[in-house]
Amino acid sequence: MEYFAKDYDVIVIGAGHAGIEAALASARLGCNTCIFTINLDWVGNMPCNPSIGGTSKGHLVREIDALGGEMGKAADANTLQSRMLNLGKGPAVHSLRAQIDRRNYSGYMKHTLERQENLDLRQAEIVEIKYTENNKMQLKTHLEALYTAKCVILATGTFLSGKVYVGDVSFESGPDGMFPANKLGASLKELGLPLRRFKTGTPSRVNRRSVNYSILELQNGDDRIVPFSFDNKYDIKNKLPCYVTYTNLDTKDVILKNLHRSPLYSGKIDGKGPRYCPSIEDKIVRFAEKERHQIFIEPCGEDTEEMYLQGLSSSLPEDVQLQFIHTIPGLENAETMRTAYAIEYDCVDPLALKASLEFNDYEGLFGAGQFNGSSGYEEAAAQGLVAGINAARKVKALEPVIFERSNSYIGTLVDDLVTKGCSDPYRMMTSRSEYRLLLRQDSADRRLTPIGHEIGLISDERYEKFLHKLELIAHEKERVSKVVISPSEELNNMLVSRETSPLVTGVRMTELLKRPQLNYDLLAPFDKDRPDLPYEIFEQVEIDTKYDGYIKRQQAQINEMHRLEVKLLPENIDYNSIIGLRLEAREKLTKVRPQNIGQASRISGVSPSDISVLLIYLEKERRND
Amino acid sequence: MTEQTTIAAISTPMGTGGVGIIRISGENAFSVADRIFKAYSSIKMIDSDGYRAHFGRVFEGEKALDEAICLVFKAPKSYTGENVVEINCHGGIFLTKKVLKLVLENGAVPAMPGEFTKRAFLNGKMDLSEAESVMTLISAQGEQGINAAYNLLEGSLSKKISEINETLLSTAAHISAWVDYPDEEIEDIDNNKMQYIINTAICGISELLDKYDSGIAVTTGVEAAIVGKPNVGKSTLMNLLSGYDKSIVTEIEGTTRDVVEETINLDGCILRISDTAGMRETDDIVEKIGVERSRQKLERAAIIFALFDSSNELTEEDYELIKLCKGKTVVPVINKTDLESKIDKEYIENELGKVIEISAKCGNGYNEFCETVTTILGTKNFDTTSAMLANERQRLCCEKALSSLRDAKSALDCGLTLDAIEICIDDAISSLLELTGQRASEAVVDEVFRQFCVGK
Repeated sequence: MEYFAKDYDVIVIGAGHAGIEAALASARLGCNTCIFTINLDWVGNMPCNPSIGGTSKGHLVREIDALGGEMGKAADANTLQSRMLNLGKGPAVHSLRAQIDRRNYSGYMKHTLERQENLDLRQAEIVEIKYTENNKMQLKTHLEALYTAKCVILATGTFLSGKVYVGDVSFESGPDGMFPANKLGASLKELGLPLRRFKTGTPSRVNRRSVNYSILELQNGDDRIVPFSFDNKYDIKNKLPCYVTYTNLDTKDVILKNLHRSPLYSGKIDGKGPRYCPSIEDKIVRFAEKERHQIFIEPCGEDTEEMYLQGLSSSLPEDVQLQFIHTIPGLENAETMRTAYAIEYDCVDPLALKASLEFNDYEGLFGAGQFNGSSGYEEAAAQGLVAGINAARKVKALEPVIFERSNSYIGTLVDDLVTKGCSDPYRMMTSRSEYRLLLRQDSADRRLTPIGHEIGLISDERYEKFLHKLELIAHEKERVSKVVISPSEELNNMLVSRETSPLVTGVRMTELLKRPQLNYDLLAPFDKDRPDLPYEIFEQVEIDTKYDGYIKRQQAQINEMHRLEVKLLPENIDYNSIIGLRLEAREKLTKVRPQNIGQASRISGVSPSDISVLLIYLEKERRND
Repeated sequence: MTEQTTIAAISTPMGTGGVGIIRISGENAFSVADRIFKAYSSIKMIDSDGYRAHFGRVFEGEKALDEAICLVFKAPKSYTGENVVEINCHGGIFLTKKVLKLVLENGAVPAMPGEFTKRAFLNGKMDLSEAESVMTLISAQGEQGINAAYNLLEGSLSKKISEINETLLSTAAHISAWVDYPDEEIEDIDNNKMQYIINTAICGISELLDKYDSGIAVTTGVEAAIVGKPNVGKSTLMNLLSGYDKSIVTEIEGTTRDVVEETINLDGCILRISDTAGMRETDDIVEKIGVERSRQKLERAAIIFALFDSSNELTEEDYELIKLCKGKTVVPVINKTDLESKIDKEYIENELGKVIEISAKCGNGYNEFCETVTTILGTKNFDTTSAMLANERQRLCCEKALSSLRDAKSALDCGLTLDAIEICIDDAISSLLELTGQRASEAVVDEVFRQFCVGK
């Protein structure tokens, strides 16, 4: 029998990476919040791969941390191995990635939620959502308890009508053998949400004992570990290594012979899979000329022998999987513990969302994570944070916080989703940001911590520390702009050895730092009065100095775009009534409902003259008022 | 809306009208004008009062291009409500476009369709009731622009641009895949190859830009003037070039009293030739006006054919003419080679460069003349079916792309990391894609997935 259980400000459905950040942000901003999960034992699960970060995803994690989110701290607390990727390729693309102890990470997150003030963590399947008469939403659990809330955040991940495929076998399921959420999908459809089906997948796990490491390439972590969190309190160590191996022609042979048994090729799955994360059979078909594909063997935790086979995602039948795994050096006798599978799930067309991640047409309803068409833990967490902040602000009748393309990858991610939409699961990439020289992972705090403080997620104490860091950077910059380094035999020998021109007269240290061939370390012996500062201070000064011209170039582009971003478009605008808009522009604008002229200008199918027409329309409306 | 850009466009119909007007509007309109226009009164436009006209000259660097009148309107008392300068120069497509080009090189950007009107409206210069017609106008002009862009997609220009763009895109995609998928065994970026690709793109775009002026000569024609002392055979040359008797030819000096104009096609190069009155001191009022016009024509022609009489020694008038022509694009021509030569050819060659000897009457030297003219104008071997930039907007996009590529090149040369180089390449791609209306970051991402085998 239905019964009324409790009323909340904000309810979050799903306790994955998006749901966790959403619930924590909402509760930390003082809203009475509840987070529901189908299985309490797997809060913050990592069913896809046992790592956090990577190119541009590492940027997202550091941004989440700079705004007071949890993911970076949790990753730091449970790191098995840490690496800064892309060293030597330039500071804009340095990216942090860590192998994570999956079970401990989940435990950390569960405990964090449990201890959070204003937050209830509840195991239950939500089966129905509907609006009540007083414009709240009412949620029903499978045990027929009724909850009400002013705001609801959908963070259902791959649970929503999830269906798993392994070869010709398929069954309804959530990830990692958990129950799917079968009834909620129908309820959302009834509300009228534009749902569609995407798919993703995960490779096999094998037992460590059965892997022949003696012939494999070892991959160790970095000596100098950079934490994800700017406020890290953990002593992070590399605990376990990864290994590298390769597929070969035998692997290819097995896969090609059995291709007809893949549900993707036989047409059983019609969900859209991510382009960047193809299964091994996909890679072999699409890149037929490649003789081998790289496979990483990664640890899943300190207290388990399960090893993850990165690069071998597949939906071929189990017997074929076992066969091709055994063709790979080091895995000849591998004992599979979990079989690779593809999973198909319901998600929403993100064009139905605003940049606050609230739905255009459903007041108080927000979406975050895979539900919005993205993929990846980090993309999910970033959206969770945005949705959580804005749900809380809605409850408090505050204006939403919109992150911009020019200040964050978070803003770029959300803008891409709600403005351009996606036809396959969206993954962050550094090339998606036109301002990537400014949006570096090392500068996330400089870009976002002031915003985090203003929102109320960064404590005064942490903010003071941050301001102190800024001061140190400013002082050091001033110092190097004054210090004169004089020519000496030793200095000139060093300069020549670095293939840069020797000095004839003394120059300011700034000038030397500008040279790409030189850095702080090399100049140390000639910079006698250098203060004893943390590495990250020198790093900031060096990057600011070296890339000065390019940073200014990007800043100028941002200023240009900003002129359009401040022109707001009213929410109730009727594009069909605006004379002079082309038909295509009308349709696109009506669908996307951009919040400002800048966003409108990024919609494909909206031309510069449509933008001019909109500007005139806005002016006309202003004068009419 | 606070517009930061200063815009410019030719506001008279394109054609051989008597006057060409280049309108500049925006905060920096006056300083832009001051960079290319010097009033005889030495008053700077930025110091001028509103509603004033200034007579002076338009300069390209040190070189005076044309006499012009600058009208100054101070914000908000102007059509757009912004600072506005209108440069009235002598008509003719070549000259008007040239002045616009100068304006654009000195701080203005090309105006979008209907942009002057849009600004006028946004700055409150128009009645509310006019808003809808403005919106319709902009939309219609924008539609035209889109059609033009579609046409562009078909042509050889689009082929050339895509050719350049494809190599840049594939490089950007390579860097991007190399950066975003460090574990995927993606080939390292080879600096030499990168250098080669950037240089090739720079060359390709430079070539397009270089051809822009020649393209105009081929498609819309350039102004050319035949000058020389009376009875040196200017009209005979004109008739030779145009192929029929347009100018009245007699033995009497001063027969041509006004400027006779003719459009002729010289080996694929369109010349708007003016046969001018012979330059000499005269008391005849009509002839005097004609002489004055000849001087003006000489001042603003893109190319001058200076005629000398082979059968006579150089006269005062010839020396005067040589002085006037010096420093301009000039082809010195010695006529009447069918008669006994008395002229100091060496002197002319020293002053004006290689001399062409012709007999306009018999047609001797015609081929050499054509060859020289087309070489000077860059239209020799100019393939009219080859890629050509059609307008200032396209030229500006290419200029922007070129400047981004030069930044990329200098970043590469001085050894900066690839992330800095890549954003410059991205900017170049953006500028080129602007011609076809695509967006760079999406194009790069699509290319990554198309070309590279990446993923977990």
